Amino acid sequence: MERRSPAFTIFVYVCALLLAAIILAPIAWLFIMSISPAADLAAKPLRWWPQAADFSRYQTLLSTAENSAGAAFTSSLRNSLEIAGMATLAALALAIPAGWAVSRTPAIGWSLSMVIATYMLPPVALAVPLYMGLSHLGLLNNVFGLALVYLTILAPFTTWLMKSGFDSIPREIEAAAMIDGAGLFQTLRIITLPLAAPVMATSALFAVLLAWDEFFYALLFTSDQRAKTLTVAIADLAGGRVSDYGLIATAGVLAALPPVLIGLVMQRALISGLTSGGVKG
Amino acid sequence: MSSTWMTTRAWLLMLPLLVVMVAVIGWPLVDTVNLSFTDAKLVGTGGNYVGFDNYTNMLSSSNFSRTLVTTTLFAVISVAAEMVIGVLAALLLNQQFHGRAVLRALMILPWALPTVVNATLWRLIYNPEYGALNAALTQLNLIDAYRSWLGEPGTALAALIVADCWKNFPLVALIALAALQAVPRDITAASLVDGAGPFNRFRFVILPYLAGPLMVALVLRTIEAFKVFDIIWVMTRGGPANSTRTLSILVYQEAFSFQRAGSGASLALIVTLLVTVLAVAYAALVRKTAGSAA
Repeated sequence: MERRSPAFTIFVYVCALLLAAIILAPIAWLFIMSISPAADLAAKPLRWWPQAADFSRYQTLLSTAENSAGAAFTSSLRNSLEIAGMATLAALALAIPAGWAVSRTPAIGWSLSMVIATYMLPPVALAVPLYMGLSHLGLLNNVFGLALVYLTILAPFTTWLMKSGFDSIPREIEAAAMIDGAGLFQTLRIITLPLAAPVMATSALFAVLLAWDEFFYALLFTSDQRAKTLTVAIADLAGGRVSDYGLIATAGVLAALPPVLIGLVMQRALISGLTSGGVKG
Repeated sequence: MSSTWMTTRAWLLMLPLLVVMVAVIGWPLVDTVNLSFTDAKLVGTGGNYVGFDNYTNMLSSSNFSRTLVTTTLFAVISVAAEMVIGVLAALLLNQQFHGRAVLRALMILPWALPTVVNATLWRLIYNPEYGALNAALTQLNLIDAYRSWLGEPGTALAALIVADCWKNFPLVALIALAALQAVPRDITAASLVDGAGPFNRFRFVILPYLAGPLMVALVLRTIEAFKVFDIIWVMTRGGPANSTRTLSILVYQEAFSFQRAGSGASLALIVTLLVTVLAVAYAALVRKTAGSAA
């Protein structure tokens, strides 16, 4: 390690503090808004720190009393969980066999490239036919319909991650098991899939995050509490005539909590997943 | 085992994915192409064949050219800023200092925050009556009166770009940091012995290692910025006076607000074509960068 001058060390710390402030200030403000009394948020000059922390909005949003703000919020929370769960399971069910096949048989790799190239398509290029199709099938404003549409986003991405995962498992291990008399599916079940478990977990987390974050299709294809997702519910709150900004902030904190916790806990796996594309070019 | 059987088996395992992809992407895309040559409405029957009318009308409309300029401005400025700030943050995080691990962990927060929550958060910060930005700038005596940052055509796009950068620069920083940590120590040490200054060291020793991963990040971010919808819809819905209307917002309005499915489809395909051209041009650039770095 090179020696640093004291001035440079101070410079590094000042920059680090600045970066931390830039990252943290907006997030901290979201949380402070959620626990500040409405009067504090409307005060001029603005009160940056609440006189007394007020957690009642969390109670309001998480209550399930009929026709309350909480009922709309909790139903959208449940819809988001259901849709993200179903779409993730379906995406993995498609991605695991396809990812393994492409990894072991490069000759069919071009088909995966085509699937991945669909990433370039703006969702607006599919939206009108999907709308008409779902309407025809009676799947508009339906959690199954939206989960199906989410496969357009989740399936290509998870397949690509699974393929990279299988690439790092030597095929010699599979060959050895087969020489010992194991059939293909036995080999996959006993050898390959357990080895691929961490990649499956990472893929599942990415898929959940993508589904949790999705807004465009949810905005188009859902219309009430039966299927509206969290993102749509929050956009409704933000765009509506809600007078208490703290309530909007509270909904934001609650919606951000699961992905932020996943992000912090799974940091290493997520970053390696994000950068593997970059490193491999 | 014969290789034909291997290939057949691989296709069989691939089949479920391909069937679903054809159903939810392939067929809708073909249908969008068909629709784009008709005057179909969103609800009701098929509409009549109108040839290339939708395309010529769209391409010659002032709405389209203005929206294209807005989208390009948004994409170029926000992606460029994300790249520069991201690389600077990565260079900082590559230094040794107390709290480095914590700071690096914090970088994941904006990335993990859902886009809609990010948009809502900044909408509250920019609020013309109670927003934190107005309060902070007033208390610091930088402005005399509260302003409507998202309500004035002059500031709305810039305000959106700041919100977008805040969410996305940490991702660039994490990708750049991973690449920086792959730079061999002895190479930087050798350049130091050879008397290279900080700028030359960055330009000739470190940048070649960053170029590949950064190009990939640049491609992905540009494509996403070009398709942008969520953050703009939640913060401004394309307003005020259409000053923040991007291509995806225009397609949404055309196809769903005005229910003109045919012309909406043609516009969606124009956007798809633009993104594809961008991606192909970039792919060539990535290959060239990767070649020169090796």
